[in-house]
Amino acid sequence: MNTVPWLTILLLVPAVGAIVVACLSRRLATLAKQLTLAITLVVLVLAVLATVAYHPKRAGFQFAQSYDWISTFGIHYSVGADGISLVLILLAAVLVPVVVLSSWDEADGGDDAAGTPTGTSGGSGASGAGPVAGGAGPVAGGAGPGGAGGGPGAAEPIADGGGGTAVLVAPPEAGPVPPTPASVAASAGPAGSHRRSVPAFFALLLVLETGMIGVFAATDVFLFYVFFEAMLIPMYFLIGSYGPVKEQAQRSYAAVKFLIYSLFGGLLMLAAVIGLYVVSAQHLDHGTFDFATLRQLDITPGVQKLLFLGFFVAFAIKAPLFPFHTWLPDAGAQSPTGGAVLLVGVLDKVGTFGMIRYCIPLFPDAADYFAPLVLGLAIVGIFYGALLAIGQRDMKRLVSYTSLAHFGFIALGLFAFTSQAGTGAVLYMVNHGLSTGLLFLVVGFLVARRGTRDVGAYGGLAKVTPVLAGVFLIAGLSSLALPGTNSFVSEFLVLVGTFTVNKPLAIVATCGIVLAAIYVLYLYQRTMTGPVTRPENWVLPDLSLREKLVVAPLVVLIIGLGVYPKPIIDIIRPTVTATYADIGKHDPAPTHPVAATTAAQPGGHS
Amino acid sequence: MSADHHLLLAATQKITPPSIEYSSLSPLLIVFVVALLGVLVDAFAPRPARRVIQPVLAGGGFIAALVAVALLHGRHAVLAAGAVAIDAPTLFMQGTILVFAVLSVLLVAERRLDSSGGAIVASAAITPGSKGSTAQRVSADMQTEAYPLMVFSVSGMMLFVASNNLLVMFVALEILSLPLYLLAGLARRRRLLSQEAAMKYFLLGAFSSAFFLYGVAFAYGFAGSVELGRIADAVGTVGKNDIYLYLAVALVAVGLFFKIGAAPFHSWTPDVYQGAPTPVTAFMAAGTKVAAFGALLRVFYVAFGGLRWDWRPILWAVAILTMVVGAVLALTQRDIKRMLAYSAIAHAGFLLVGLAGTNTDGLRGSMFYLVTYGFTTIAAFAVVSLVRTSDGEASDLSQWRGLGRTSPLLAGTFSFLLLALAGIPLTSGFTGKFAVFQAAIEGHATALVVVALVCSAIAAFFYVRVIVLMFFSDPLAQGPVVVTRPTLTFAAAGVGTVATLVLGVAPQPLLDLANTAASSGFVR
Repeated sequence: MNTVPWLTILLLVPAVGAIVVACLSRRLATLAKQLTLAITLVVLVLAVLATVAYHPKRAGFQFAQSYDWISTFGIHYSVGADGISLVLILLAAVLVPVVVLSSWDEADGGDDAAGTPTGTSGGSGASGAGPVAGGAGPVAGGAGPGGAGGGPGAAEPIADGGGGTAVLVAPPEAGPVPPTPASVAASAGPAGSHRRSVPAFFALLLVLETGMIGVFAATDVFLFYVFFEAMLIPMYFLIGSYGPVKEQAQRSYAAVKFLIYSLFGGLLMLAAVIGLYVVSAQHLDHGTFDFATLRQLDITPGVQKLLFLGFFVAFAIKAPLFPFHTWLPDAGAQSPTGGAVLLVGVLDKVGTFGMIRYCIPLFPDAADYFAPLVLGLAIVGIFYGALLAIGQRDMKRLVSYTSLAHFGFIALGLFAFTSQAGTGAVLYMVNHGLSTGLLFLVVGFLVARRGTRDVGAYGGLAKVTPVLAGVFLIAGLSSLALPGTNSFVSEFLVLVGTFTVNKPLAIVATCGIVLAAIYVLYLYQRTMTGPVTRPENWVLPDLSLREKLVVAPLVVLIIGLGVYPKPIIDIIRPTVTATYADIGKHDPAPTHPVAATTAAQPGGHS
Repeated sequence: MSADHHLLLAATQKITPPSIEYSSLSPLLIVFVVALLGVLVDAFAPRPARRVIQPVLAGGGFIAALVAVALLHGRHAVLAAGAVAIDAPTLFMQGTILVFAVLSVLLVAERRLDSSGGAIVASAAITPGSKGSTAQRVSADMQTEAYPLMVFSVSGMMLFVASNNLLVMFVALEILSLPLYLLAGLARRRRLLSQEAAMKYFLLGAFSSAFFLYGVAFAYGFAGSVELGRIADAVGTVGKNDIYLYLAVALVAVGLFFKIGAAPFHSWTPDVYQGAPTPVTAFMAAGTKVAAFGALLRVFYVAFGGLRWDWRPILWAVAILTMVVGAVLALTQRDIKRMLAYSAIAHAGFLLVGLAGTNTDGLRGSMFYLVTYGFTTIAAFAVVSLVRTSDGEASDLSQWRGLGRTSPLLAGTFSFLLLALAGIPLTSGFTGKFAVFQAAIEGHATALVVVALVCSAIAAFFYVRVIVLMFFSDPLAQGPVVVTRPTLTFAAAGVGTVATLVLGVAPQPLLDLANTAASSGFVR
């Protein structure tokens, strides 16, 4: 039916792009940026085309492809899209070009490295003229070609020394080398003295995009696991190598914590994946990882519980749910802004996606059994995340904690087992990616201007930077689910859907919205309103053209989906309904005619 | 008593010389002959010529033997009067050992690491601090006996995996071990450490050999034969003196566990890995592990297969202990070679998990794992040998700071290898782990797999720590130098790295090979 292998193309384009960009020399930084932007825009166009080609009404996976990969273990390269995975692929495809554009000047650490407010604003000002001038930003940041040119002389003992290294080696051992502008800037902070490889940063972003698309597109559990784990590595390097320049110890700590947490969860999942394979080998005469086949298996409840836990803990760490969340604030704060957007916006969705794609359909009895526990964790997460967010002074940590609360809502919707709540939860995944992504971007812009994440360093910025403040407010309002923004639709669906089956839980969860209002408005109040308390804040520039281009699509989507969410819901709803119908969960009062008809036919593989 | 004596005499008189199928033994014979030729070359060839002739001879011999192994595929027979078994698993492991040996020869033959030339000392007999030690330090010469020693060791390894008889196995164990004891003491730099390593390895190795031999004696006492097949038959019968059997299993296992570096018989591993010249360490880590596991698998599948319910608990205990000791102690290491040594211990534990499955899948998984681990570990040690200070290798972890900035290619390669050792998907390490863990779960050892996965997570921490050091820390002012000239080391590292990638992405051909070998099984 669908002859175009959309998903494979979507995987190949960024993967090949990553290789090409990684091969570029460090001196071709601007080319790397432009190339990456072009590639990610191509991916976006392809994703949109795939969405258009998708038939929401048709059951099962579309654009499905399957080839033998490791036949000894029954492993296939098989991809396919249903409504849930398609919207998440679309989300990733939207966010990555945004992130690329937002990271235009951040990748080499130039802005952060300069440290002083004047140097920072100079860098941003230069980039304000547009992408081409943006390439010149690093010069102002203190590590341009001039700095690199002075370098190699000092780097002789080290065979492979690039420009960045040279600068590093220069201060202690190379007296004869005249201090270049770079090394002068470097003296401000010893850790900020190296230039980071720009092509590598963008190659990592592309690898990450490949992983994100792959993890949503995979319909082979093993392939899913491979993408799930392989995605960690680029994110790990993004945090560790491209996090805040001056906080080297903290960002290594955050990177390692992120990796170890995820790896630990991943290994538990691996045990469950192998267990699933062995169970399938016992039921069928050969083991398989094919999702559609595994779904038909009738696994005994005891085994289901164990396998469910293996998958669930991995997803709960990834999502993250309370109490597996402690890595998120560190990783969120120490990521480069673009990395944080993708981390919280898309990567963490893998956790919630995994719950509805794998945990619930594969282990329905166990999902039923553990649902109260998950719902409890979700409620705790909603309040705990919100309370911690209120208490934060570090803005990136604050945004990370708000995500913890939002993931509570998503998990609540998923495990309420109604098509309404489920649809709301999946829509929430998309909306959260947009709103929190925007919030992270705006916070990132602020941090890039002032070089600190501390809330106390700001105040009254609405006077100085009105556009930035306005965008900040929109992102915040979306985050607290104000009607008219996208998040309202999803949060409402989750709460209504939960209310039909579990009134007390829905009522308690609704109170979380109040806390959301507090953390968002309190943050806005402390940073944007009131008098300008710090004199250095008076000179902060407003959003540049590039930054406006970055936030514009997200603002449009936030408001657009808030007013007219139907296209997305139409894609999500049949799949979610089929998923719950498949495990025998029907809505208590099927007032919705579409839900009733689709619920009648179990979802199978097309 | 006297009747027995007469019977024995009668049997002795009737003995006929066994027919030897030379063609089937050709890989072994080629390597033996090359080893002897190597000794002759060392005796007669002029000193400068040896450094060319020896590696070519050794490498050529290994390749010839590899061809012979390939030609023998499909053989399934017990040869030489029950002494040697040539079957698919044997040939698989022999081939693996030979491939690793070729890579190791490349590392040993490397002369362009620094001005002194090569990792092997000029003359090993001079003790540090004595009269000739200054000359020894500046000499660019090398003890070319290292090559024949290596070849002898390889021949021992090949016989070790092929022996169908515990006594032959013991002989093979000695042939493989004695040259290794010597090789461990041949490091050019840090002579004392190297000699200490050799001494420790020798003493502990001799001790473990004694255990093994004692076990063989008990096995003979129980079964009346040292042939694996006969022992297996005797295990099946009732009324024998079982205590001898259990003692035999325990003592033979001690000897084999020592060789694979399983806890609590692992204590030699870090010292020897650290002290030995790095090429030799790579050779030991890859080759010895294959050989010892080959023998272990054969003994436990063939001879003691009927007893699996008795030895499984012990195996579980040893596997858990090995994984925990390897993973936890590696966390505290400051020296990169010691860290890799503890990692080798942890990997021995993972391999034992595959054995605990006690099924064909376990055999397949273990064989596959051995190949993947060997390639990765040889490449890792090759990379380690490239990072140098004026005082030889920069093996202290703190010296690796910021290497990702100064030499991105080297640090990237090493990170990839470490991730493979940690078992990240799309590397061979993951496929290997998957293969053994799948077998173990299939063999109802789920609890063991969970422990193994927890240990993998712990192990990942110390691999990742090295990556953190290399990429997220700032380089040292007087950091080590990455040598860029050594082509042979590059070749070995490159082959290992590419194999690590290919076996992670497209493992099917090798899995097929391992599967064929495992399902045709051990000959009895």
